[in-house]
Amino acid sequence: MGKSRSKQFNIKEFLAKYGVILGLVVIMIFFTVMKARFLTVTNMLNMLRQASINGLLALGMTFVVLTGGIDLSVGSAVGAAGMYCALVARTETGMPWYVALLTGLAIGLLIGTVNGVVIAYLRVPAFIATLGMLSIARGITFMASDAKPIPGLSKEFLVIGGGSAGIIPIPVLILIGVLIVCYIILYKTRYGRYVFATGGNATSARVSGINIKMVICSVYMISGLLAGLAGVILTSRVTSGISQNGDGYEVDAIAAAVIGGNSLSGGRGRLWGTVVGFLVMGVMNNGLDMMAVSSYWQLVIKGIIIIGAVMLDSLNESR
Amino acid sequence: MNLLEMKGIEKSFNTVKVLHGVDFILRKGTVHALMGENGAGKSTLMKVLAGIHKCDAGTVTVKEEQVDIQSPKHSQALGIAMIHQELSPVPEMTVAENIYLGREPGGRLFIDYAQMYRQTEELLENMKVHISPKEKVGALKVADQQLVEIAKAISLNAEIIIMDEPTSAITDKEVDNLFSIIRNLKEQGKGIIYISHKMDEIFQISDDITVLRDGQYVNTWKAEDIDNNILIKNMVGRELTEIFPKSEVPISDTILEVRNFTLGDKFQDISFTVKRGEIYGIAGLVGAGRTELMHALFGLDRRDKGEVIFDGKTLDIRRPKDAIREGIAYVTEDRKQEGLVLEMSVGQNISLASMKELSRGLFINEKEESSLVKDEIERLRIRLHSPKQLVKSLSGGNQQKVVLSKWIIKNPKLLILDEPTRGIDVGAKSEIYKLMCEYAAKGNAIIMISSEMPEVMGMADRMLVLSNGKVGGELKRSEFVQESIMKMAVSHI
Repeated sequence: MGKSRSKQFNIKEFLAKYGVILGLVVIMIFFTVMKARFLTVTNMLNMLRQASINGLLALGMTFVVLTGGIDLSVGSAVGAAGMYCALVARTETGMPWYVALLTGLAIGLLIGTVNGVVIAYLRVPAFIATLGMLSIARGITFMASDAKPIPGLSKEFLVIGGGSAGIIPIPVLILIGVLIVCYIILYKTRYGRYVFATGGNATSARVSGINIKMVICSVYMISGLLAGLAGVILTSRVTSGISQNGDGYEVDAIAAAVIGGNSLSGGRGRLWGTVVGFLVMGVMNNGLDMMAVSSYWQLVIKGIIIIGAVMLDSLNESR
Repeated sequence: MNLLEMKGIEKSFNTVKVLHGVDFILRKGTVHALMGENGAGKSTLMKVLAGIHKCDAGTVTVKEEQVDIQSPKHSQALGIAMIHQELSPVPEMTVAENIYLGREPGGRLFIDYAQMYRQTEELLENMKVHISPKEKVGALKVADQQLVEIAKAISLNAEIIIMDEPTSAITDKEVDNLFSIIRNLKEQGKGIIYISHKMDEIFQISDDITVLRDGQYVNTWKAEDIDNNILIKNMVGRELTEIFPKSEVPISDTILEVRNFTLGDKFQDISFTVKRGEIYGIAGLVGAGRTELMHALFGLDRRDKGEVIFDGKTLDIRRPKDAIREGIAYVTEDRKQEGLVLEMSVGQNISLASMKELSRGLFINEKEESSLVKDEIERLRIRLHSPKQLVKSLSGGNQQKVVLSKWIIKNPKLLILDEPTRGIDVGAKSEIYKLMCEYAAKGNAIIMISSEMPEVMGMADRMLVLSNGKVGGELKRSEFVQESIMKMAVSHI
């Protein structure tokens, strides 16, 4: 940018591609000017710890959105996985922390698998199937504890969401690890190529010998698994199983994916866009909290950002 | 009188000049064919006329008055109507509602339906077209939808009507009907600009022919002063000694035997064999069941009955994967809908069906992939800037080559080509024919479906003619005569 010979259309192209990053930088500068405490190592790490849960959901959502689908059930999956792992992680059960972790992952994977089978093999539209699952998983979560909180979790388990390695919070480390794995899967493996191809043109993919039902089913399994992981981290961070946990989280996850420039109609997307997308959401949450903006206003502002980001994207598309 | 004069039209997109001073004159009461390979600038020139693009230089004169066309609406007001290649009606609305969309008769709030239907009926009657104004457009055949668009143009009092490949998706009988309507319009003094790749049609219907090449104006002729060969030579800028480079290839043993293929009312009891080294043509009218038969053979669709013996084995093909594994490849009819992933790069499209061969375990071997892609692009002479370019930015002919190379790199023993040259220009066609011959010469078999009779006759060694889902007959190359093929094609209708 800023080269003297760059013409107007180059700037437009640049904005279409990297506008989100620019947006993130502008938002960060704004908060830095408003609150001196904002751009400090402590606060940034705190922000990342908060953002890591949405980050995991957004990464899973990216796979789903790339195939042209949507997963509305991730918030409820966070709740269900978090609740069941809390039941296992109670000190009185005497179970080691990793059994609780595996329980949460299994619940998430189970929810994702049901979604995937219903969508890919029973041909229910993704919006409906996952909307139904949103309700089912939440209901099961309430049943698990009779809507009561489950406190008294083992110390080791609480490290997953609350601990740090050096100064880096464990959830942030987990997020970075998952991000690297997602990158390798999407861009370095056959399977990743199949995800892009299925979302771009399912018929062409099928003619090319790709098992598109399997691909579609699998992206919901990935989304469910990551929601399960997010549920475990959330339960650990808030130190008890709470049945309302994760309520509405699907909004932030979908928002992060679309702000990052992933097309909801599938086939067109990029992983780093999602990363910028959930960083935007995280910075907004953190910065607005610091400025003591009321949570009601925060919802309004978040909504405007989602619509605005997609609007800019489609204005660019139609040019 | 000249209805339209375009002089010295120039147009650039960004820095790329696509029209270099093009002239075009449309006389009253004539059909003027606009010819040229894909990318020659025909569409851009027409879009300037339709107000979609503004030209950078040059003058446009409509009915002896110089105009500066500002917008599609302005173009419409000047009496110019464009019938697009891909029609855009509202399928759930009736014929009359579509024709009067946006200018419904009646008051400010309510539509005067009685008047709208009466006007539409008159309009269609004048065209001698039998379509009910109350029919939903989505329920009409493509040919009839096209007639509705033409009726709409007439109702707009258009005097200059642009038709962009109007016959690409309709049957021969419907073409005759369309031509009689065009002649009717001529008599009423309207001018038609006709874009098509089909040579025989051009000579049947047009009075004048203008050829563009690489954005340059080549020349304008009276149709009677020019023939096929001169026309093609001017379009491609070089002599095409042979459009069909058919070479003699030794034909050996049978590789494919299809027995008693049947699917409901789509096709019944079809059997045929294909030999190694052979190009086997499948001809027939639109709706004869050719594509459906191939879909069933490739596992894209089910069948009620039928056996496949391939390379000495009886196969149970349930999905494309099964067919591909055995060495069968299918280049589908509609490259955009069923062949390519438009949002992916050229390279990724070429390698898509060969991911397994290009992977170590789960991981793609990127070095091997890019070197294979590079070789293919050179071998098939695909014209592009970079293999990383999105495939949707290529011209139709080059896109078709991408689909072809996707399959050729898998070295299938049987290559099924469904309308392999639809909508691509003469130069690219001839290159694809050459590739077909080379591929068959290696001892592979090719099945070729085509609606263009000269193409099947020029390329095939034997031909199966389907008629209404049944076998109309089978011919050897020495027996190929247009009349007998037609007779077989209608034998079960």
